[in-house]
Amino acid sequence: MSRTFDADDKSAGTTRRRFLRGSAAVAGGTVLGAGASVAAGADNLPPNIPEWMKAPGEPTGGQPYGVPSPFEKGVVKNISKTLKQYISASSRTPLQELDGIITPNGLFYERHHGGVPTIDPAQHRLMLHGLVERPLIFTMDDLRRFPSESRVHFLECSGNPGYSKPYGRTASDLVGLVSCAEWTGVSLKLVLQEAGLKPDAKWVVAEGADAAALTRSIPIEKCLEDAMLVYSQNGERLRPQQGYPLRLFLPGFEGNMSVKWLRRLHVAAEPVYSREETSKYTDLLPDGTAREFSFYMEAKSIITRPSGGQRLNAPGFHEITGIAWSGHGKIARVEVSTDEGKSWQSAQLQEPVLTRALTRFRLPWRWDGKPAVIQSRAIDETGYVQPTLSELLAVRGENYFYHNNAIWPWRIAADGEVTNALA
Amino acid sequence: MRWRETCGIAVVIVLCAFASGAQAQSLYGIGRPATAAEIAGWNIDIGRDGSNLPKGSGSVSHGREVFALQCASCHGDKGEGGLGDRLVGGQGTIATPKPIRTVGSYWPYAPTLFDYIRRAMPQNAPQSLSDEEVYAVSAYILNLNGLVGADATLDAKSLAAVKMPNRDRFVGDARPDVKQ
Repeated sequence: MSRTFDADDKSAGTTRRRFLRGSAAVAGGTVLGAGASVAAGADNLPPNIPEWMKAPGEPTGGQPYGVPSPFEKGVVKNISKTLKQYISASSRTPLQELDGIITPNGLFYERHHGGVPTIDPAQHRLMLHGLVERPLIFTMDDLRRFPSESRVHFLECSGNPGYSKPYGRTASDLVGLVSCAEWTGVSLKLVLQEAGLKPDAKWVVAEGADAAALTRSIPIEKCLEDAMLVYSQNGERLRPQQGYPLRLFLPGFEGNMSVKWLRRLHVAAEPVYSREETSKYTDLLPDGTAREFSFYMEAKSIITRPSGGQRLNAPGFHEITGIAWSGHGKIARVEVSTDEGKSWQSAQLQEPVLTRALTRFRLPWRWDGKPAVIQSRAIDETGYVQPTLSELLAVRGENYFYHNNAIWPWRIAADGEVTNALA
Repeated sequence: MRWRETCGIAVVIVLCAFASGAQAQSLYGIGRPATAAEIAGWNIDIGRDGSNLPKGSGSVSHGREVFALQCASCHGDKGEGGLGDRLVGGQGTIATPKPIRTVGSYWPYAPTLFDYIRRAMPQNAPQSLSDEEVYAVSAYILNLNGLVGADATLDAKSLAAVKMPNRDRFVGDARPDVKQ
């Protein structure tokens, strides 16, 4: 996905049209580096006074819920136009357009299995039953009465991306099914304790109130460690696409298990072996066996700038930056290579480095104008090192599908064009 | 899990919960008790051993009719796939470079078929089929895969007794699996 502007949009008036004229040369890709914003019309440039200083701007309150500048209208979710259907489908975060570690709620990736339900929170209930002393039903008001907590964590779809070609063009095409937010809710442990677990309670089966009644089994250890019942994301109530009014959240586990529109928790002695944990979300190996209950998302990173679909407009200084994350804890180190993997150097990690959250890394770099291949690899606090795609394929084969955490190198051509070096 | 096989057992669970609830106090006193009827209405989880499968039964021939009406537009007349997943065939392909994953070739447990069809299918109207229709469609899909006869009628017991060919091919998570 690239940054594009719709020349037919008249909402922003003359300022917008001038900008479009000025940026016509860069249509189809974001250009990085000095001189990218040289405009044909210089009326608003020094020494002239910009037109937006010569009259009052829009009155306050014109947007009861604010939206980005019209100049940013190309920064949107990456949605394939060629899917067979859009009820069970996904949309990707435009990672290469974002800074920092927090994904704006409107750009958070989506994966739905039965569409996005519209749920009246006053009519939503969470049922907790099975191997508990007291089966309970909670309203949303009930759940908000519990002690609350907020934590920053990434969420990642387990198929991000697959193992077989064609590989994506941009960072979003490749690993755009990861996003990161501050989640607010109640510790699942507190709610389970309220009902009282019986001694043989080993799994909790979570069910969504969507048209798929999506069902996953969660080991009790995870439920008592850091699982949350979440009602808010980045300070506001969950968006419908993220499970409004209530979702399960399991830090570091594959996204499918953080069941959205959560309506039921069934405490049991064994997993339910739902379709979503047998027919799907199992990892097929070349010998015909398949791994089941493979929950963790292993350490991973990707350079988001410069990255596929972008162009370096001139040799000289360019910051290399990207994101790293691990389902097993904190990122300990990110190493970057600018010479096709021959040598690696440690990138700077932006504070805060949080457990099971996106971590922003940066490396100052001078591009000499010659073809280059740049790539990053994450090392997490367990010492695990992000592998190459060929290392993964050697063990797992192309039919594994889920949990691909390979290094994705970018090739920079002499003209500055950035492409996927493995495509 | 056998003891959870009938719907009535939910009553026992709630009675037990009330009995022992007096001993272990809740810390916050938030939420209200769930009644047996409420739990029975919402608990549609079917165990891999068939636990919690409802009463009733359905035949392959009835399933053929229901499938043509409710399923074929997405899954094909014979479950060959289309807008929806392919449901039939592929046995013997799972260990090859081009595996065809279907109910017959990949799914480990037959009761999961009932569970999934009832909760999520047909996609335009989930939870609209009767239990008899769900049994019937399950029987038809298993028949298309050569796993039950054309004259079969399945109920809780016989559906749970169907041995799926790929049942023993699932293993635990062996990651980290790349040598470092």
